[in-house]
Amino acid sequence: MNQKLVAVVDYGMGNLRSVSKAAEHMADAQTRIIVTSHPHEIEDADAIIFPGQGAAKACMKALMDTGMIHPIQKAAKEKPFFGICMGLQVLMSHSDENNGVDCLDVIKGQVVHFDETAHPELKIPHMGWNQIHQTNDHPLWHSIPQDSRFYFVHSYFVQPENKAYIAGETTHGQTFASALSHKNLFAIQAHPEKSAEHGLQLFKNFLAWNGH
Amino acid sequence: MSLAKRIIPCLDVDNGRVVKGVQFVDIRDAGDPVEIAKRYDLQGADEITFLDITATAHERDTMVHVVEEVASQVFIPLTVGGGIRCLEDIRRMLNAGADKVSINSAAIVNPGFVKEACDTFGSQCIVVAIDAKKVSRPGEADRWEIFTHGGRKETGIDAIEWAQQMETLGAGELLITSMDRDGTKSGFDLQLMHEITRRVKIPVIASGGVGNLQHLVDGVKQGGAEAVLAASIFHFGEYTVQEAKEAMQAQGIEVRL
Repeated sequence: MNQKLVAVVDYGMGNLRSVSKAAEHMADAQTRIIVTSHPHEIEDADAIIFPGQGAAKACMKALMDTGMIHPIQKAAKEKPFFGICMGLQVLMSHSDENNGVDCLDVIKGQVVHFDETAHPELKIPHMGWNQIHQTNDHPLWHSIPQDSRFYFVHSYFVQPENKAYIAGETTHGQTFASALSHKNLFAIQAHPEKSAEHGLQLFKNFLAWNGH
Repeated sequence: MSLAKRIIPCLDVDNGRVVKGVQFVDIRDAGDPVEIAKRYDLQGADEITFLDITATAHERDTMVHVVEEVASQVFIPLTVGGGIRCLEDIRRMLNAGADKVSINSAAIVNPGFVKEACDTFGSQCIVVAIDAKKVSRPGEADRWEIFTHGGRKETGIDAIEWAQQMETLGAGELLITSMDRDGTKSGFDLQLMHEITRRVKIPVIASGGVGNLQHLVDGVKQGGAEAVLAASIFHFGEYTVQEAKEAMQAQGIEVRL
């Protein structure tokens, strides 16, 4: 009965399988990973992994259609919650993507596009391995060296109103928040499921984390 | 601190096996893709590209299983190209664990397919592969055209204009192969790479002709590529990915070591 249930949120997009595979790869015998789009399974789970790729508008629509909005908002305040890429961005109040989309408003702030006029030489999307400078001593950073490289693919990034939420920063022309943490919630712009050893360590740390 | 330039080993897969010359083995059966992918991952490859050269539908199912196997053991980005013709092909590969697919001839048959694919799955997973050959004569202004069928069939499409059009349609990345250089070990067509990289905003992967580590450096420094793709220099054990990265770093290129 001591089994831990971890739900990977399925809203019909992205590289779900890669995320669940990486979590399974790092899970111990007491941990069961499920992939689900059922609101009650989100409610029953002990911890949530919220992955994502693609566009904000489609993500919000899929969450609405599956009835997962409220369970996810609730889980993000109550249990260990790990947002990845779009799973970070939709936690914010509003995204500039797709001509503007209201998001989950779990964290006050905006999602904005890279400033291409200020840095015309930069390639967008920001695609590839970049460093994350850890700005706090979060349990999820344990055993991951400072400034380790993670794999990124994105054109938008988050700007939380409260800078104290920033757990990591990355520079691509401009410096942006590449990880946020607040209480039971940790979310990252990079793709840990594709970031080799450091990414796998992040999954291991999350699965061992009690949310405090 | 900034974005690292990427090194991408490429594996040609036929009926579930890697072909095209890994040393010491028969050319038709050069190795197990899972084992080879794991080896490159350990050497520090930034991504792995699989080119499915399989001809039949039945064998294509095998490719899906290969991707599934690799994706459950290798946790770096995986790209699959070859025979991607419809949205269902893309969905199958992504569900199997691929992160990106590369579209080549299907884009030439119907450029709208690239837009459709990007709208459906997101630009981040759509790579457009462009096989180009120089067609201008000495003394004329440089001009490259797209060729299909392994470089045998000309299309009359200007490669640079095509690259820009693919960006406009939403492609997240371009894989540019010089058909003149492919297999020659004489280095990338740097002029071609430069003409494209200076005109597009999206990342470009340079391919075709790598014979030594300096070629990789040149692809980034002179060609302006964000990533370099090579097959034989890694397959034959001439160099490891690690050695390639050290060579790039020694010349001031930011890499993930």
